[in-house]
Amino acid sequence: MPTFVHTEKCDGCKGGEVTVCMYICPNDLMKLDVEGEFTGHAMKAFNQEPDQCWECLCCAKHCPQQAIELRPFADWAPMGGTAIPLRTDQAIMWTIKFRDGELKRFKFPARTTPVGSIDPYGNKPEPGDLDSELLFTESELPNVNPALKG
Amino acid sequence: MSEPSFGNPEIVEIETDILIVGGGMAACGAAYEAKRWAGDDVKITLVDKAAMDRSGAVAQGLSAINTYIGENDIEDYVRMVHADLMGITRDDLVYDVGRHVDDSVHLFEEWGLPIWKTLDDGTRVDGATWQKKGGKMLKDGGKPVRSGRWQIMINGESYKVIVAEAAKKALGMENIYERVFIIKYLLDANEPNRIAGAIGFSNREHKLYIFKANAILNVCGGAVNIFRPRTTGEGMGRVWYPVWNAGSTYAMAAEVGAELTMMENRFVPTRFKDGYGPVGAWFLLFKSKAQNGFGEDYIVKNAEMLKDFSPYDEAAVVPTCLRNHAMLKEMKDGRGPIYMDTPTALKELSETLTPKEVAHLEAEAWEDFLDMCIGQASLWACLNIRPEKDKSELMPTEPYLLGSHSGCSGIWASGPSDLNGQPDHYHWGYNRMTTVKGLFTAGDGVGASGHKFSSGSHAEGRIAGKSMVRFVRDHKDFKPSFKESTDELVELIYRPVRNFLEHKDKTTAIDINPNYITPRMFQMRLQKIMDEYVAGVATYYQTNKTLLEEGLKYLTMLKEDAVKMRAKDLHELLRAWENYHRVWAAEAHLRHILFREETRYPGFYYRADYPGLDEENWHCFVNSRYNPETGEWELKKVEWVPLVEHSTGFKPSA
Repeated sequence: MPTFVHTEKCDGCKGGEVTVCMYICPNDLMKLDVEGEFTGHAMKAFNQEPDQCWECLCCAKHCPQQAIELRPFADWAPMGGTAIPLRTDQAIMWTIKFRDGELKRFKFPARTTPVGSIDPYGNKPEPGDLDSELLFTESELPNVNPALKG
Repeated sequence: MSEPSFGNPEIVEIETDILIVGGGMAACGAAYEAKRWAGDDVKITLVDKAAMDRSGAVAQGLSAINTYIGENDIEDYVRMVHADLMGITRDDLVYDVGRHVDDSVHLFEEWGLPIWKTLDDGTRVDGATWQKKGGKMLKDGGKPVRSGRWQIMINGESYKVIVAEAAKKALGMENIYERVFIIKYLLDANEPNRIAGAIGFSNREHKLYIFKANAILNVCGGAVNIFRPRTTGEGMGRVWYPVWNAGSTYAMAAEVGAELTMMENRFVPTRFKDGYGPVGAWFLLFKSKAQNGFGEDYIVKNAEMLKDFSPYDEAAVVPTCLRNHAMLKEMKDGRGPIYMDTPTALKELSETLTPKEVAHLEAEAWEDFLDMCIGQASLWACLNIRPEKDKSELMPTEPYLLGSHSGCSGIWASGPSDLNGQPDHYHWGYNRMTTVKGLFTAGDGVGASGHKFSSGSHAEGRIAGKSMVRFVRDHKDFKPSFKESTDELVELIYRPVRNFLEHKDKTTAIDINPNYITPRMFQMRLQKIMDEYVAGVATYYQTNKTLLEEGLKYLTMLKEDAVKMRAKDLHELLRAWENYHRVWAAEAHLRHILFREETRYPGFYYRADYPGLDEENWHCFVNSRYNPETGEWELKKVEWVPLVEHSTGFKPSA
């Protein structure tokens, strides 16, 4: 169930520090074809092992050019349907395209705080006793009640 | 090769106190907790084969957090896990997750994860709306939206990105190696049964990594695609659990002699057919019913048949494997397909709702897929399926090995130090340490304690993280050293590359060569063996002693051929070592199924030669150990000891 890259939209993340899809794909599938030796399209990314694609769309969600889309797996799925994400820092918008042409659009929240705003230990307690079973944020440690009713 | 340095890698050697291997929920929890206790005195390093923002089982997102204790008793959580996993779980480990898990969920919400709320007037709102309507955070008494007794609904598209941000900031990116795949742990040269380090390689640069460590956290997820999946062709990666979970956790622990437990257990989720979309919200939140091809409720219809597996059929929620068992009866008798009746459920819910609320309900149904299984949404679109109009097929999948979901394969780990009634064999010093000194695990790695899910895995990572800091404090003077020389390690990691470079020009087609096997064909051989001999979908999950012994013969030959895998580039080197891990996980699974002479998990697998549940002889753990000195496997029964009274987890018998 692979994702694919639109030739005219992909710019190989030339201006960025990393090729985003290649950086983010959890399964090491997206590859930048630097010389064009694999695809005939130099400095464009491609899915190098489409039958190992989990269809998580991490590549499509994070692509700065929205160059990546999903074409559901050809050995089963009738042609024409897809789901297209447009992700911002706070929300994700989806366009569902049915085979028969109907479109559905949805928007869902994704995050309630600004990206990069997490202060991991801000306003948190100092660590206490390393030999106890308490995690550093906790102050109570329940113990098991073996009785019939908890 | 266009990459000139291929075959001639740079060697990077790193010394650290704590090495976290993996980047998923457990790893993020461990990083967050350990760093707080470690301060600047203890060095913590994390290695992830992917990028932490989108690695592990939560990479795609989730639509629910499946473990949040909240208003419930932790003891009842222990009872639920015990019943769903057919009575053989570690109460101490499960209780420990239960008493820490809510704290992780509260952190997620504070960090920015949108959690649905039920407002005072009873209406439910999404995780970014309650703030404007007088709702509260969970830690301040806010009421979640329960889809089941233990589950809460979230808008979880960015769940992993959020959790990873906290972990990355805690550790500092200078201590994190992304795109580095660990292939093997190393034992200490001087002290027996003592972890000393790990080796791996970058799949971006021509670099091999050799880590020396005092303590290692082994958290690389479960095992996926060791069985031939139902999906074919281009769809082979669109499986249920993440395709990149290669069994590395179990394989690397087994290879250094860590004791495994309950590796006979597996999970066969029933999911929407072909897209593997989640059914939990449909069953629990939308109150949808499943039926056979003739519209019959097969759980009700087959209730009598489930009595063979008493008392587990009387659990408050019928165990997952027994529900599969009833479904398989219908499929085998030719009464398929199995359907989820979504139109009836949505119609019934809509009857009391305004049109606006109906539209919201429809969005919630789609979000359930889009947050965690986009492939199912796109497949519905391809098939013109609209849940309000069309029923959808369900299908039990190929088997998976995991320890965090509705399964309990894994490694035998020490429990906490303080629980009432804990027997000695549940606890040997450091919480979540394996039987190899200094090697810890969490999440999918800890066996005999399922139903942690994302939140419980994070919490368990935190437990292990703190425990490792304590271990390092107590073993300050340890100086890791390896039996193997650096040259030997380099040759080992790069063997698939050498195989390729040495032989590739001997034939005119690089994929057909009598001197090596491609990782892809190697994996297909494994999947065929497991499918046909070890109770895959090909035999309706049935096997017996003779089939298993045949399977082991072929699996042994496959394992021998592992040294002949080739790698034509770094990507294929990754696949070669992942598949090496898959074989080890598969072998442990086979050996455990062979050892346990009963059918404990009907619906997940059947020992056709021992078709019944045998509480008298088999209400015990099965543990195994591969002896790294002799190369032999040893299997044994281990006593099960309850920490709570379990009879109240079952309905009184009629």
